[in-house]
Order: sequence, then C-alpha cells, then structure tokens
Amino acid sequence: MLEVAIKKELPDFVLDIQFRVPDEILVLFGPSGCGKTTTLRCIAGLDKPDEGYIHYNRKSFFESKESIFVPPCDRNIGYVFQEYALFPHMTIRNNILYGAKSAQEENQPLFEKLLELLKIHHLLERSIDKLSGGEKQRVALARALMARPQILLLDEPLSALEETTRLELQSEFKNMQQLLNIPFVLVTHNWEEAQFMGEQIVFMDRGKKVERPDYFK
Amino acid sequence: MVDWQPVYLSIKIAFTSVVIVFVLGITAAIVMRRLQFPGKAAVEAIMTLPMVLPPVVTGFILLLLIGKQGAVGQFLDSYLGVQLVFTPYAAVLAGTVVAFPLMYQSAKAAFRSIDTQLEDAARTLGASEGRVFLTITLPLAWHGLAAGVVLSFARALGEFGATIMVAGNIPGKTQTIPLAIYFASEANDLTTAGIYVIIISILTFLAVFGLNTWAGEK
Repeated sequence: MLEVAIKKELPDFVLDIQFRVPDEILVLFGPSGCGKTTTLRCIAGLDKPDEGYIHYNRKSFFESKESIFVPPCDRNIGYVFQEYALFPHMTIRNNILYGAKSAQEENQPLFEKLLELLKIHHLLERSIDKLSGGEKQRVALARALMARPQILLLDEPLSALEETTRLELQSEFKNMQQLLNIPFVLVTHNWEEAQFMGEQIVFMDRGKKVERPDYFK
Repeated sequence: MVDWQPVYLSIKIAFTSVVIVFVLGITAAIVMRRLQFPGKAAVEAIMTLPMVLPPVVTGFILLLLIGKQGAVGQFLDSYLGVQLVFTPYAAVLAGTVVAFPLMYQSAKAAFRSIDTQLEDAARTLGASEGRVFLTITLPLAWHGLAAGVVLSFARALGEFGATIMVAGNIPGKTQTIPLAIYFASEANDLTTAGIYVIIISILTFLAVFGLNTWAGEK
C-alpha cells in the first residue's frame, strides 16, 4: 500500500493532497497545471514536499516530522515520462538495461520477457530517432520495468500519441499492472483513459482533491 | 636557426593550463548550476572578468597577489619556501586565469542545453548523482565541453599580457611563443618572428581542426 499525504507551496496555489494506493491503478485526473505532475515528482523523490509523508508498506520515503527524505535512486520507484526521456546517446538495448540491478545472466529472463510482452524485440538495434512515439514509449516502459520497481508512476504517458496507438498501449499498461501486481499511479487529463485505466480516480483542482465534477458523473 | 624552446614551453604551459581549467571550469559550472545563494550574480561576474579585462590588468592583479609582497606570495614563500613569480608556474597561472572563463562559459552553456528530464529519468532508474553525471550529463554535454577545451587551449597558448607581467621574458625558462614573437620583432628580427607566427598559427589551427573532427565523429 502506497500512502501519500503531502503539502507543497507552488507559485499559484498550495498542493495539499492525500490518497492511498493498494496494488492497483490510481488515476490522478485534473486540468493541466493542477499539481498532478508535482505529486508524482514528490513520490519519486525528484521534488521535496514541504510537509507530510510518503509511505510504502511501512517504509518511509518522506516524513517531514522526522526529517526523512530518501533520494530518488534509493526509492526503487519507476517513472514513465510523457516525452519518453530516452537517453539519446545510448542504444535501445543500453537504455533498457540502464536501471538493471543484478548481473547480466540474472537479467536476461526479465529482459527477454519485456521485449516479448512489449513487442520491441525488432527495435533493439535501431537508433532512438528512428522510433515512432508508440515505440519510444514501449521502450521507456521496458526500461522502467527492467529496474524491477516496487511502484510505477506514469506521467501522461500516452498523451503525445495518436488514437490507435494510445488505445493499444492503454491495454498493455493495464495488463502489465495485473502481471506485476504493484501500485501504478497514472496522471492524465483524458477522461476516457482515466475511466478505462483507473480502479480508483482522484479528481484534482488547484492542488486539492475535489469531488467528482457533475460533468463526469 | 629557430629556437624550439618557446614552442615546447608554450605547448606545455597551454596543456597544463587546459587540464586545470577543464577541472575547475566544469566544477564551477556544476556548483553554479545546482546552488542558489546570495551574491551569485556577483560571483558569476567575477569569474567572467578575466575574459573582458585587458590581460595586462589581470597580470597586474596576479602580480599583486603572488609577488613577494602579495598575500599569496608571502604565504607560499614563508610556509613552502616557494616563489612563483618569474617561473613557468606563473605562466601556467596566467594561462589558467585567462582561459578559465572560456571553459566555464562553455561548460555552463553545455550543461544548460541538457534536458533535465533525462537526468531525472536516470535518478528514478537507481543512478546515484555521480553515475548520473558520468553517464548522462557528461556525454550529453561533450560537444560543448570540447569547444571549451579548444577555446581555452588557444587562449592559453596565445596569452601575452598577463604572462609577461607575472612570468617575465626569460629565454629558456619563461619565454613562450607570443613573447618570442614580440621580442624578435622589437629586435627587428622579422624572420624569427615570422616563423613563430607560422608555428603558433599551425598549432592553433591543428587544435581547433583536430578537436572539431574528433567531436564531429563522436
């Protein structure tokens, strides 16, 4: 269970949000600039909240009262970015293996499995700028999962993709969550996507959790 | 017959200066990129000063510092028994100070051009700050850093004003190519001066051409 209760002062409003995620997909839904990405960045350790806590299975990633702040590299939380963030100076293979923790032989089964599940085997020898958006996001997902994360954060991972690819990847992300059985936190401002993906949907506006607006009932 | 001593000495001094400037320039760029502190703009301006001040002024300030009466000079003399002025080390110091802003500015621009999301992605994949720097920041900044190395090398190689102030013109000891050119032309020995001009032009050209070719292939 991932438990988040954080406050952070942002330029236009105060981010003040609480939620709990068991091993399922929680969607943070709201308009652009409402603090969704900052929430993800705080969970990953890329930003520091002003106060509150972030716990996962009794382990503290952040606890303002005890001045605990675990740096991102020690949190083991995967992050998939909207713009993929693939390393342009590395091959696709090295991108995927960047976060692999154990020795090469131990990684091989997971590596092969991810290539198969995400259908990216044929891409390994290609250069990154020759990939389509959907292919890039598949590689980015493989890279995040290769690090064997205990939580996966997805920051509008499908919003830069065209309709068909988006629908295809939605199902793949969902299947992947069922397979791994870890908490996924997905940020989106696409209502269909939120409905399809989210077992739990948190509506956000100006940094706060709000009631489901009538429009979405 | 051309004396090759100034050529060897110039290359040695410029090379040593570049090594020092490479480390200092990158370190300064990293620190300034990461830290916010009061007076940051002033520190930034001071670090850029040697690029815009007349070299002879930089040399004069250095002389005040490392000369016999200077704070640094006195310290070195009384604690280590070392005297810097009129030694090749002073020429290295002059080369380092005048070339530093070029390396610092190149490194700053190179780091600024990197998408910070790539560094964040590496952090979430378990990379420590050191690994992020070595595997993401440094390789992506490479072209800009290489440009900084070329500019710094050329600047240190051609340094005249600050060098003559702190290192003087001692043939065989502190006489670099630019000093040799100046004193040869003053003595009306235009052939020697001309040969040194050709040598320093070829050296600078090779440095720029070589590093550009190498960086282009990477």
